[in-house]
Amino acid sequence: MRHTISLLVENRFGVLSRVAGLFSGRGYNIESISVGETIDPQISQMTIVTSGDDWVIEQITKQLNKLIDVIKVTDMVELDHVEREMILIKVAPKPEKKVEVLNLTEIFRGRIVDSSEKTYTIEITGDEDKIKAFINLMKPMGIKELVRTGKVAIAREGTKK
Amino acid sequence: MKITGAEIILECLKREGVKHIFGYPGGVVLNIFDMLYDDKDIKLILTRHEQGAVHAADGYARASGKPGVVLVTSGPGATNTVTGIATASMDSVPLVVMSGQVPTLLIGNDAFQEADIVGITRPCTKYNFLVKDVKDLARIMREAFHIATTGRPGPVLIDLPKDVTSGKTEFHWPQKVDIRSYKPTLEGNKWMIAKAAQLITKSTRPVIIAGGGVIISGASKELKEVAQFTNIPVAMTLMGLGAFPGTHKLSLGMPGMHGTYYANKAIQESDLVIAIGMRFDDRVTGKTDAFAPHAKIIHIDIDPTSIRKNVRVDVPVVGDVKRVLTALLKVLKEENKEQWSAVRKKWLKQIDAWKRERPLSYTKSDEVIKPQFVVEKIYELTKGDAIITTEVGQNQMWAAQFYKYDKPRRLLTSGGLGTMGFGFPAAIGAQLAFPDKLVIDIAGDGSIQMNIQELATAVINKLPVKVAILNNRYLGMVRQWQELFFNERYSHSFLHDMFPDFVKVAEAYGAVGLRATKPSEVEPVLKEAFKIKKTVFMDFVVDWKEKVYPMVPAGAPIDQMLFEEPEKKQEKKLRAVK
Ligand SMILES: Cc1ncc(C[n+]2csc(CCOP(=O)(O)OP(=O)(O)O)c2C)c(N)n1
Ligand SMILES: [Mg+2]
Repeated sequence: MRHTISLLVENRFGVLSRVAGLFSGRGYNIESISVGETIDPQISQMTIVTSGDDWVIEQITKQLNKLIDVIKVTDMVELDHVEREMILIKVAPKPEKKVEVLNLTEIFRGRIVDSSEKTYTIEITGDEDKIKAFINLMKPMGIKELVRTGKVAIAREGTKK
Repeated sequence: MKITGAEIILECLKREGVKHIFGYPGGVVLNIFDMLYDDKDIKLILTRHEQGAVHAADGYARASGKPGVVLVTSGPGATNTVTGIATASMDSVPLVVMSGQVPTLLIGNDAFQEADIVGITRPCTKYNFLVKDVKDLARIMREAFHIATTGRPGPVLIDLPKDVTSGKTEFHWPQKVDIRSYKPTLEGNKWMIAKAAQLITKSTRPVIIAGGGVIISGASKELKEVAQFTNIPVAMTLMGLGAFPGTHKLSLGMPGMHGTYYANKAIQESDLVIAIGMRFDDRVTGKTDAFAPHAKIIHIDIDPTSIRKNVRVDVPVVGDVKRVLTALLKVLKEENKEQWSAVRKKWLKQIDAWKRERPLSYTKSDEVIKPQFVVEKIYELTKGDAIITTEVGQNQMWAAQFYKYDKPRRLLTSGGLGTMGFGFPAAIGAQLAFPDKLVIDIAGDGSIQMNIQELATAVINKLPVKVAILNNRYLGMVRQWQELFFNERYSHSFLHDMFPDFVKVAEAYGAVGLRATKPSEVEPVLKEAFKIKKTVFMDFVVDWKEKVYPMVPAGAPIDQMLFEEPEKKQEKKLRAVK
């Protein structure tokens, strides 16, 4: 099963490598990872998406907790939470498909952030399903490039399960 | 007043109570070595290889319980420590390893003798630091010792760029260490302890498996109390030998691949396994799915990641073993002890029957020296009161089987990593910590050559370490596997007939060399070696055909054991298991 794990870590050099090394050293896979400062500049927040059975996830969270630079580990599956990811997608639709691309972007509440004679670059934010759906719709349009931020997640206030 | 980084380092070491450092100099640490030149309080032991320095510090730490300290130069000096650090890491030994580093401005430039030792050692240290500013140095030194020695101990590396150790700052030594993200759990959860007590009360066939954590935690007394009070037999992993008296009637010796028949039987037939300060290494469990099939498992360990890593656990108790056992004993004492005696009696009788059925044994000989005989003699002559270190291979297993450890910190062996070359430098470190004790490295002819250069360290520092080489002319454990699992194809496991001449090697270094080629010579050689207050190499020319038994083939359940006889039939069976 897929889990989104949220970490608070000391904002020091080498921390990302320690976290990544834990996964690679034990043969666990990181599907996506995003890192950024929190409002406290000494603390960074990491969001890692990984998958495994309960046994693997238990090991991953314990091992993460054991890392000296890790302050807090939260498995988002245990909480009601909001997840978002942003993608930038560059498509090169045939002239007759251009309108469709613009319409779909609108429906998905995306934005055109760059355009050229042949291409549009679209920004889409959303949860996993929405992103997946949009990418699927763009596939026949001719995707030239796709970049994604990786997921970030936050717990809903006062909804600890 | 401002002082240099090098001065700060020495001052910090003194405040941590460090008396000995093991090390080797080089360009970027010369300023620290300069400080050590006329220092009265700290003695640096110059080894002949950085790996030797780390193992020596490790032996010092295992024998004394105090952290071992190492100082080496950058680049090759630092990379030479890696095996030693990994060895200590696997066995939870507290070390502080200081490595020199090129000046901060050159880091990343592929400067002369630059190695990214922080990157290299990240997976095999408990933590490591690159000090970028001399102002952080005192705090980092303090944190390094704190991290190395608390919780589940382990090696910590501090990388020291040259400009940091030569730079100056005010010295502030933090009295208290507070690392917000590092707070080991020491007290066991009360509910879990109560649940554990309940299971113990209900169990009719319980067995304790004690590991190195009992020794690290200093909980031998508590373990003995619990075992005696509840009348539960105790098996000890390789790292746990000595945690409970090996001569006690409740002792089962070592379980696992080369464990005793009765330890493995007891575990497989038990209805409750109480695992204390051990981590269910595959050498202990054999096939995990078939491990202790009828038992509920209580697992007490300070490291939460050890719990449910390899085997299912019914009652996990995270905490310091000593504290947990103290709390557990208190709960147990409220129970009625009498109610157990009847049920336990039956179980202990069964265990006694297993002990009689298949004790540890080997075929004695008058013609050729049996390696087990040498170990038995060492045990007999030292009355079990020596500090034994081992190399790795058959020698290590015989030292575990045929020497009975009644006290903790008497067997120093590389359990987790299985590092050949560990035993001799570790013995040097242990001897330094206990100058008046008899320290003996039970060695193999292969392993001893991996750090044989430390003869110089032992002799020059007048450390009367004894090395008993069980010389079988083979990488014996490799040969054993080849005989049993590779159709007797002895690919590159033969070392050579009596090569080198260990007696002459010892003599060349100014140590004493002795040799025994007949069983009748074993005792005289040992007696002479123990009398001489010098470093001694004893070359025991032993039966090269000898194998370590019992043996559980890798990946088999631990009660599928092979014994010495009848040989031919057994080998067929072995191949079938493979
Ligand atoms: C550094 C290292 N390299 C390789 C091995 C693999 N290995 C395990 S036991 C062994 C043979 C050891 O030979 P020796 O020291 O003569 O001991 P014996 O088994 O003969 O008693 C080897 C090569 C190891 N444990 N450590
Ligand atoms: Mg050998």
